[in-house]
Amino acid sequence: MREFTQPEQVSLTINNEPRTVVAYPGETLLYTLRGDSLGLTGAKPGCENGDCGACTVLVDGVPVKSCLVLTAEVEDHHITTVEGLREAPIQKAFLDHMAFQCGYCTSGFLMLGHALSQHVDRADEGRRTEWLRSNICRCTSYQEIADAVTETCSSLE
Amino acid sequence: MNIIGTSVPRKEAPNKVTGRARYTNDINVPGTFHAVMVPAHQAHAQIVSIDVDEAKKVPGVKAIITGDDVSILCGDVTEDRPPLAKDKVRYWGEPIALVVARNEAAARRAASLIKGRYKSLPVVNSIADALDKKAPLVHEKNGSYTVATPPVTPKKSSNIADEANVTKGDMDKAWKASDVKVKVHISLPQIDHAAMEPRIAKAEILADGRVLIHASTQAPFEVQKLLAKYFKLNPGQINVTAPLVGGAFGGKAGVQLEVLAYLASKAVDGQMVKIVNTREDDLATSPLGMGLEADIALGASKDGRIQAADMRFFMDIGAYTDSAPRIARAIAAQCTGPYAVANVHTDVYCVYTNHTYTTAWRGFGHMPMTFAVERAMDELAEALKMDPMDLRELNAIRPDDITPTKARLTRSNLGDLPKALTHMRQLIGWNGGRVEAVAEGKVRVQGVAAFWKTSSSPPNAVSGALITMNSDGSVNLSIGAVECGPGTKTTAAQILAEKLRIPLDRVFIHEDVNTQVDPEHWKTVASLSTYMVGRAVLDAANDLITQLMALAAAVLKCSPDDLDYGDEKIFVRDDPSIYLDFKDLALGYKYKEGDSIGGQLMGRGKFMIRHLNLLDQHTGHGRPGPAWTVGVQAVEVEYDQNTHQYRLLKAATVMDAGKVLNPAIASGQVMGGMNMGLGVASREGIFYDTEGRFLNHQFRLYKVMRMGEQPKQYLVEFIETPQVDSAYGARPIGEHAVLAIGAALANALSRAANVSLNTLPITPETIWRERRAH
Ligand code: FES
Ligand code: FES
Repeated sequence: MREFTQPEQVSLTINNEPRTVVAYPGETLLYTLRGDSLGLTGAKPGCENGDCGACTVLVDGVPVKSCLVLTAEVEDHHITTVEGLREAPIQKAFLDHMAFQCGYCTSGFLMLGHALSQHVDRADEGRRTEWLRSNICRCTSYQEIADAVTETCSSLE
Repeated sequence: MNIIGTSVPRKEAPNKVTGRARYTNDINVPGTFHAVMVPAHQAHAQIVSIDVDEAKKVPGVKAIITGDDVSILCGDVTEDRPPLAKDKVRYWGEPIALVVARNEAAARRAASLIKGRYKSLPVVNSIADALDKKAPLVHEKNGSYTVATPPVTPKKSSNIADEANVTKGDMDKAWKASDVKVKVHISLPQIDHAAMEPRIAKAEILADGRVLIHASTQAPFEVQKLLAKYFKLNPGQINVTAPLVGGAFGGKAGVQLEVLAYLASKAVDGQMVKIVNTREDDLATSPLGMGLEADIALGASKDGRIQAADMRFFMDIGAYTDSAPRIARAIAAQCTGPYAVANVHTDVYCVYTNHTYTTAWRGFGHMPMTFAVERAMDELAEALKMDPMDLRELNAIRPDDITPTKARLTRSNLGDLPKALTHMRQLIGWNGGRVEAVAEGKVRVQGVAAFWKTSSSPPNAVSGALITMNSDGSVNLSIGAVECGPGTKTTAAQILAEKLRIPLDRVFIHEDVNTQVDPEHWKTVASLSTYMVGRAVLDAANDLITQLMALAAAVLKCSPDDLDYGDEKIFVRDDPSIYLDFKDLALGYKYKEGDSIGGQLMGRGKFMIRHLNLLDQHTGHGRPGPAWTVGVQAVEVEYDQNTHQYRLLKAATVMDAGKVLNPAIASGQVMGGMNMGLGVASREGIFYDTEGRFLNHQFRLYKVMRMGEQPKQYLVEFIETPQVDSAYGARPIGEHAVLAIGAALANALSRAANVSLNTLPITPETIWRERRAH
């Protein structure tokens, strides 16, 4: 990781597109994504300290809480946000199972589910639950989300 | 019917799975200023001084406001809350100052430099503290504040902010007729709404005098009225927009950040200012759900009929009143639970403490109230040696009974509890409440509890609907109810599509509410939106149909009576080959020669709550709400007698929905409600230390349910006894699934552990403590 003390240009690949942003040294990835220049507001702030997962995005395919990562840390990495999902099976499964109500937690859970479906070989039920435990949904019963993720993973198996 | 009763997806669903759904904090104007609150780190203290000098030096800081700069007091019932603490701090986390800066980082840095100097006062840290004769007063002025919305009866020189009473029948006689008596004491902590979207408000004061507010709120029209009142503006000047709301649960029905945002904007020449809660603010500084202590005494004759109910409820409302007096009256009005009890004496007290202030929480007081009543019911069943399900069935309230406040019940305004109980026996496979051994040291047990709730709205609550037609014959629907998760907008669109006999995708409904554009809707609370909006939508649809018919009649040279509609056509009933398409009428009809008549067709609809009144101050008699939804909930748990750990196996709800408008959305609502209620019962609760410091203002400390902790199986069943004055017979169902599930859990575990579990949350540790104490 490069060190800097003033705002500087940082290059990232976001949803398969090379992007350059100006970031403060202490700026979180969540802040950068949601900021005016990228405008990717799908990732949500829910706690900004790692407790809720509403801000989850993928860094090189692995789910990460973007409120806990500095933009500077992910320079030159591949970031996938909910806006980068293109008719991913997990999206359809969330629709089919009505796996959301208010929708505020949805992007985060989608990213977890999507990542799990990319690693189905390792995603048994215990693993799925373990991953999904990192996020909070206050509206649904979790059953809908679990069903959507399970269906996505097993249809790909 | 082809749209009502079907599981159509939420209108905004595609946006929610692509990150395109926009909430308040997703829509920003470049250059928006940021405001940050400075919380007090004292629970009860005199403010000696607030030092802002260092903070002012931070580059980018534009204004700092403290309580001394603000002269108003807020409160929707009693005006007792300064938007920023003034003279005194009354809870840990109360905002003492507001910093406005060019950006969030500068505002936060400055906020951290503001130091309050205090003289500590003794902390009122519990209901017992507050009721002590020598208790320090949270509000010296209690009893002399302006009352914005009576009734409220504060007791001067005490911490009692309000008292509500209900009496019915003859208690002395009732106790004499009681062969069996039980008493329980209940103690429940304050809890948080924990909506995933933290509260947020933005304000801008335009040069033309208009005030633009954008907020995550359930009550945009209330924000408009209260801001107008507090700041002596005309309501029409204030334009409130509420985009999609990321969960609310009653916590966004009050008005808090909107006032601060307005003050902040005013301090920087009307620039757009945003104030967003951190999660810590959202827990400690913004309002919670009340805590409760209750003493419930029930008396029954040998045959199990309840004769007497004598109840005291003490609500820990925290430092300010907010909607507590209205909640107190709701508790009083439904105090018996869904049972016919002839003799009732109930007192409900709103008690000030130095805890975070409280507001509505999903169920408007009915969840803690139900917990108290339903624990007493199980104790009564035990004393009578009766099956708890049988006891509930025997006493279930029925049409022609009267409620504690003497409102008369009918087959329409009351759901069918006996039927719901019968269905529940099947659904959960009721075993009579027996404790069954399943393995060494492990038992399996079921618990049951029932609920009822009416929606306490003001007697003059209104709702409206506006329909405009597009050139292709499709329609736009405008309503004032906010979308915060329960599918309010989708339900309204379904009702309209059904009535106009058009496909759902021909109805367009915008997901936000704008007070300047959309018709007034009281508040998106109390599960009332389907009833109120539904009626307004039907009224508007009828208005539109009348206009379509009239225009078509003129063109087709017949009477409107000869016409019918369907398939986006108005046709002659006895010869459908003579017809006009909606699209040819939508913007007026154009004859072949080019001359035209009609203009754009628009449907207008309205609804006003009827026949409600404020409860009599002395007897408590009156009609608090339009109808009572009833239901029964049950759980099955496996309990380890050695470790006191338990696993949730099943959770079930049978509810009388009147008519299920959207089965998938309705069962989602109910499953989510059960999950929330079980979370509350098994792990949630605000903790204060001996100094009244708020200890758990993060999700790692305030625990909510997470994936894998939910029961193995959720079971939901609806029965349908129509509420005849509601659109398609639908009853309110949005809040209800939280109401009794916690009581069902406590009932199950009390039997499994053989000890009365009357406090929440129930953890292995609390079970162990209770058992040790007995
Ligand atoms: S906002 Fe990142 S975990 Fe909550
Ligand atoms: S859908 Fe509202 S928090 Fe999950």
